[in-house]
Amino acid sequence: MGSVTGADRNKGGAGSGGGAEGAPPLLRLEGVSKHFPGVVALDKVDFDLKAGEVHVLFGENGAGKSTLISLVAGAHRPSAGTIHVRGRPAQIGSVHEARALGISAVFQEFSLVPQLTVEQNLFLGAEALSGGFLAKRRMHESAVEILNRLGFPLDPERRVTYLSRAQQQMVEIAKAFRSDLSVLILDEPTASLTERETERLFALIVQAKRQGVGIIYITHRINEIKRIGDRITVLRDGRFVATLEVAQANETRLVELMTGRVITQIFPKVDYRPGAVALEVKDLTTASRTVRSVSIAVRAGEIVGLAGLVGSGKSEVARACFGIERIAAGRITFDGRDVTGKSPGQLLERGFFYVPPDRREEGLVMMRGARENMFLAALGQPALSGPLFLKRAGERARALELAKQLNLQPLNVERSVDHFSGGNQQKVLLAKALSREVKMFVFDEPTVGVDVGTRVAIYEFIRDLCQAGAAILLISSDLPEILHLTNRAYIMYRGELRAELAGAEITEDRVLSHFFEREAA
Amino acid sequence: MAEAGSDGRRSRSTREWMQYAFVRLGVLPFLLLIAVAIFALLSENYLTWRNLVGVARQSTYLTMVAMGQMLALLTGGFDLSVGTMLAVTSVVGALAMTSVAAAAPDAVALAIGAGILAGFGAGLSIGIANGIGVAVFGVSPFMMTLGMASVGFGIALYLTGGVPVYGMPAEFGETFGFGSWFAIPVPIYVTIALMAILYVLLNWTRTGRYLYAIGGNIKASALSGINTRFNLFMAYVLCAALTAIAGIMLTARLETGEANIGASMPLESIAACVIGGVSLRGGTGRVGNVVLGAIFIGLVQNGMNLARIESYLQIVVIGVLLIVAVVADQLRQRLIATLRD
Repeated sequence: MGSVTGADRNKGGAGSGGGAEGAPPLLRLEGVSKHFPGVVALDKVDFDLKAGEVHVLFGENGAGKSTLISLVAGAHRPSAGTIHVRGRPAQIGSVHEARALGISAVFQEFSLVPQLTVEQNLFLGAEALSGGFLAKRRMHESAVEILNRLGFPLDPERRVTYLSRAQQQMVEIAKAFRSDLSVLILDEPTASLTERETERLFALIVQAKRQGVGIIYITHRINEIKRIGDRITVLRDGRFVATLEVAQANETRLVELMTGRVITQIFPKVDYRPGAVALEVKDLTTASRTVRSVSIAVRAGEIVGLAGLVGSGKSEVARACFGIERIAAGRITFDGRDVTGKSPGQLLERGFFYVPPDRREEGLVMMRGARENMFLAALGQPALSGPLFLKRAGERARALELAKQLNLQPLNVERSVDHFSGGNQQKVLLAKALSREVKMFVFDEPTVGVDVGTRVAIYEFIRDLCQAGAAILLISSDLPEILHLTNRAYIMYRGELRAELAGAEITEDRVLSHFFEREAA
Repeated sequence: MAEAGSDGRRSRSTREWMQYAFVRLGVLPFLLLIAVAIFALLSENYLTWRNLVGVARQSTYLTMVAMGQMLALLTGGFDLSVGTMLAVTSVVGALAMTSVAAAAPDAVALAIGAGILAGFGAGLSIGIANGIGVAVFGVSPFMMTLGMASVGFGIALYLTGGVPVYGMPAEFGETFGFGSWFAIPVPIYVTIALMAILYVLLNWTRTGRYLYAIGGNIKASALSGINTRFNLFMAYVLCAALTAIAGIMLTARLETGEANIGASMPLESIAACVIGGVSLRGGTGRVGNVVLGAIFIGLVQNGMNLARIESYLQIVVIGVLLIVAVVADQLRQRLIATLRD
């Protein structure tokens, strides 16, 4: 494999790609479709990528972004349409072939082997050989060379397990830069990076652009688009919606293009009636130090937002309240009583319900039926269980009631949860929150991976709970949710509380200004 | 999937029906039919009432252990120490019984009672150790139960010096091993009672529901306020309880306490569960199917005996059947995934 020398060739290729104006685009997709059994994931989409630009793919989950990049990266083959690489039609049959064409992807799920070292991962599948044995020294030298060139402060002999997520991502990116690179695909690369790491990545992107690399960039963050994007292509339901220059785009326009609706149609008007304080957190510090002396309060009848980047500790605040994150210091009072360090069971008993962000991971028992899932947190209630035996007839009736109320499709409560669509799985998770009497709900990223229709239903669901007098804490990385649904918002940054905004103060600029390290003019 | 049968094309081909039945019922009905057909052809004694009652009785011990094993499997673990639980139960029970009988030769009921209690307690204590290791210390079920298998086997050998324990009151074997009531052997009644209890436990109590939930998704269960540690612990303890009862019944049948019984039990009990459709990943499985799985293994062993297949080869067949069942289950999962669209 010639990959070891790839670094040198890359420098040579840079000059020719960068300046050429009239040359064909690096990559052009014409009428590309992808059908999976029973689903059209991508429907006659056009897309092109010029050398030296960052082309942002924008759209909701399920809009077809991932499918599109999987076609370009060689993970899938298109069902129809053609892909041109540098003006020539190309058949990209595998990830290997894509790499040979200079196309590399960094997905959210890393393809690293944790037990191997950085350099072993860098050359995985493309090991340099001499006489049939591994050329370890040569690989080590070129690993050092690649890491230095990219400016990544990584020890090539360290095992990947010991690296932070951001460092692992660096390895993944270095892997992409290992061979001759012309198209780089980044799928939500900043999702788990800190501010400093994000800055580093952006600097790297600028550097790559200068070398004539074309970058396909997937993100949900509008401020990132403004920062580094050149053009944006919006997809919806697997179809092409528009391609526009970043300069022409603003949030309202993008959300409209993405959802096909005006913002006011998505977010319901909520009638807030703040009452007594339900939850009070005082100087909370978690044992893992992901949260440091945070104090917040949530009243009945209001929706309080908790915003911040991934890793800002916003989720951990709620998890500490619910007894699943160890507390080092601080006091949590709920409904007038001290509940610091109580277990989830005890908090549920008192009417505190936490809806976790990842329904597959933490929310639902996927292979069991919808009914069983709905009442998993409520079986101790006298309505569902006698001293010894479950009251299954009553349970079934209640399940059907809840399913109708939330419009579960199909309306079959015995169906196992993993046979429902993502949106309907989310409804089962919400039904769980209605299975018992609850005074305070915490929704942690409630609309991840659901379509617009369900999203609207979820917002209305939250509004109804609030207007019925419940206290609601909404933890979200989705800025519009914070802006349009809450009457008060806390913004967290790296484990600390940055700001509290109320009512008309909750504007995009003000929230965002606290998301990041304050930029020095 | 329930509606899949009624809608769609009227005329299904035989192949589609087979597919549908396979997805709905799993591999067991097919294996059962094939096995019965083959052995009925090989031996005319196979499908007689006498033989079938014999098979049912012989299968009771495996059935009880498989039901226990099922509890561990439901939570996403397994129990490799069921074999030595049988051994320890048998040895300790027999030793207690013989020594009480020797001290008080007239108090037969006392001796039997003490023996049963001692054996049951000994078997249960292995389950308690398993439960503490898995649930409290988070040791993987594989290592924990494998370690306890060695511990238990060692204790059983140490206590007996490797020699079977004789001298239990004859009434013990006559009642629990060879006794029958209305022409049906006593072990079958015991098994049916345990089956009923387990069915109610799994389907009509919170504990049962929680065992399925923990096996399906332990994090979601913890967030639902379930005491996952306690319930995991209970799964291993209940597994041991069922296995210890099987050990007592088996001791009564053999009329000796032996350290070597049950060596094949871990494999056979897991095989019975898997053939009966219990997922190795936890979260799914039904009592009725596990019982059928155990009976199926009994039917095959009996059929092979009647067909005079060498006993060493029989071990080969059991292993092959287990693998076939797992492969068939994988195929079934794939089929479900494709049919879903």
